[in-house]
Amino acid sequence: MSLEVDLQSTLGAFKLDIQLRAGQGATVIYGRSGSGKTSLINAIAGLSVPQNGCITLNDQTLFDAQKGVNLPVHQRRIGYVFQDARLFPHLNVADNIDFGARYAEGPLSVKQRDTVIEMLGIGALLQRRPAALSGGEKQRVALGRALLSTPRLLLLDEPLAALDVQRKQEILPYFERLRAEGGPPMIYVTHDMSEIVRLADNLCVLRNGKSVAQGTAEDVLANPANMKLIGVQDAGALITGVVDHHADDGLSGIRLSAGMLFAPRMNVAVGTSVRIRIRAQDVILSQSEPKGMSSQNVLKAKITAIEEGVSSGFAIALNAGTDRLLARITARALSQMELKVGQCVWAVLKANAMPPSAIAPS
Amino acid sequence: MMLSAAEWAIVALSLRIALVATLLSLPFAIWIAWLLARREFFGKSMLNIIVHLPLVLPPVVTGYALLLLFGNQGPLGALFETFFGITFAFRWTGAALAAAIMGFPLIVRAIRLGFEAVDQGLEKAAATLGASRNAVFVRVTLPLITPALLTGAVLGFAKAMGEFGATITFVASIPGESETLPSAIYTLLQVPGGEANALRLIAISVVVSVLALAISEWLARRAIKRVAGL
Repeated sequence: MSLEVDLQSTLGAFKLDIQLRAGQGATVIYGRSGSGKTSLINAIAGLSVPQNGCITLNDQTLFDAQKGVNLPVHQRRIGYVFQDARLFPHLNVADNIDFGARYAEGPLSVKQRDTVIEMLGIGALLQRRPAALSGGEKQRVALGRALLSTPRLLLLDEPLAALDVQRKQEILPYFERLRAEGGPPMIYVTHDMSEIVRLADNLCVLRNGKSVAQGTAEDVLANPANMKLIGVQDAGALITGVVDHHADDGLSGIRLSAGMLFAPRMNVAVGTSVRIRIRAQDVILSQSEPKGMSSQNVLKAKITAIEEGVSSGFAIALNAGTDRLLARITARALSQMELKVGQCVWAVLKANAMPPSAIAPS
Repeated sequence: MMLSAAEWAIVALSLRIALVATLLSLPFAIWIAWLLARREFFGKSMLNIIVHLPLVLPPVVTGYALLLLFGNQGPLGALFETFFGITFAFRWTGAALAAAIMGFPLIVRAIRLGFEAVDQGLEKAAATLGASRNAVFVRVTLPLITPALLTGAVLGFAKAMGEFGATITFVASIPGESETLPSAIYTLLQVPGGEANALRLIAISVVVSVLALAISEWLARRAIKRVAGL
């Protein structure tokens, strides 16, 4: 799968100017509300018509303003899971998920249908009406309905935004499974960082209608220049490790290339590869190896870049073994410590800075 | 209360006229309501006014206009006579046409409200699943507006059953051909001593109206429940 988007639109004072390339796996579109996320995927789906630009999917032109090409929505075979599910209220769950079957490319086998129903755990809901479903159930049915129309690409517009935290944790594993089990490529829109660590292969950051950063999730999040785009609160790099052991005192040991990391106990088997998001503001830097500290997590790291951020803060990029870290320190700390690129420091992480929502099997 | 054969004929004719008028105007009403609810085009407000004219004009004016247009000498009347073999003047078909025209604005208004209430997000969702515009209309939009369709149809039917002014102007009141319940009641009331017979027909029209309303309420409630996904 390859999707290429280049579009420009002007809506009053709001200018949209987005370039996006997406391949296999999950591409997360991250941005605040009003940054143009929904406009982007509506254009990909064909639900809105950009003023300029072109969109191609697997060498097929979906839209080209110059050549006057605009493939109708129903011929694009792009699935869409909306924030508000949009199940057909006059049909039961079974008829909802079968709605697109007659338009799907090639007949859908009973086995494929059963697999999707089983994967989403909606078998018991088939005879129910949408009004009798919970928010989480609605989203699962909506996902099943989109999957059973055999889309070439799946668009997800903040599918979890309308759910409470508990429901989110209930649904996220279904998206993870879909990604792990070779489902269709996904374009996943969100403004929630915890969904990125669990889903994103690639990441595209939108800001004020423009695509300002994109690449693999690891690259984008480890780049100190992107801190101001992502926001001081949310910025932070992704590191990878393997679950080494579960200790009796409620911590789990995760082996990184640069040493052992201890995080609150998690529910994954020993030996599982995990991806952890370490927020830049949860990283403390020390010039000497810290001793006698309450924190268990100290990694030796080398400074690779220093980038001035907003509000008198600096973003420090670090290499710890093969992993990249991002730390945020104040201007005063930077000048007092006289930090330079190439210098070796110790990065101190609090175990509590790694809640379960920041850790995901990879 | 037993009905005489003549009374039965009047009731049956009224029902037939009202039914034909309603069923034939429904497809047009759906189309016009859709245009008014969903489309922007030049002359839209003009179309809206024309559709509503029968509602605001004195019925006798509408009836006279029908006579001019669809009478034997009228341009449209001649057209239908030549191409379809349908004569309207002083026939039950004319009564049905008059009833349809008079009920049309009511049907259109009800269905238009239905279209406006449909969540267009559902139609977009259907399109992303591969449904063409027509398929979306048939499989999503129409089922969702069934309560409005039923309401419109019942309003149109009730209007057709009670239509008097335009009908009597256009097709007079010929027993067995264009004598509907209202016009029969009116004729009886013009005859000295006709009140007793008129009262019987009045009772019938009350029963028919109440029945129609009750059935429509029941159908609409079921449809609303279905559309709401309960």
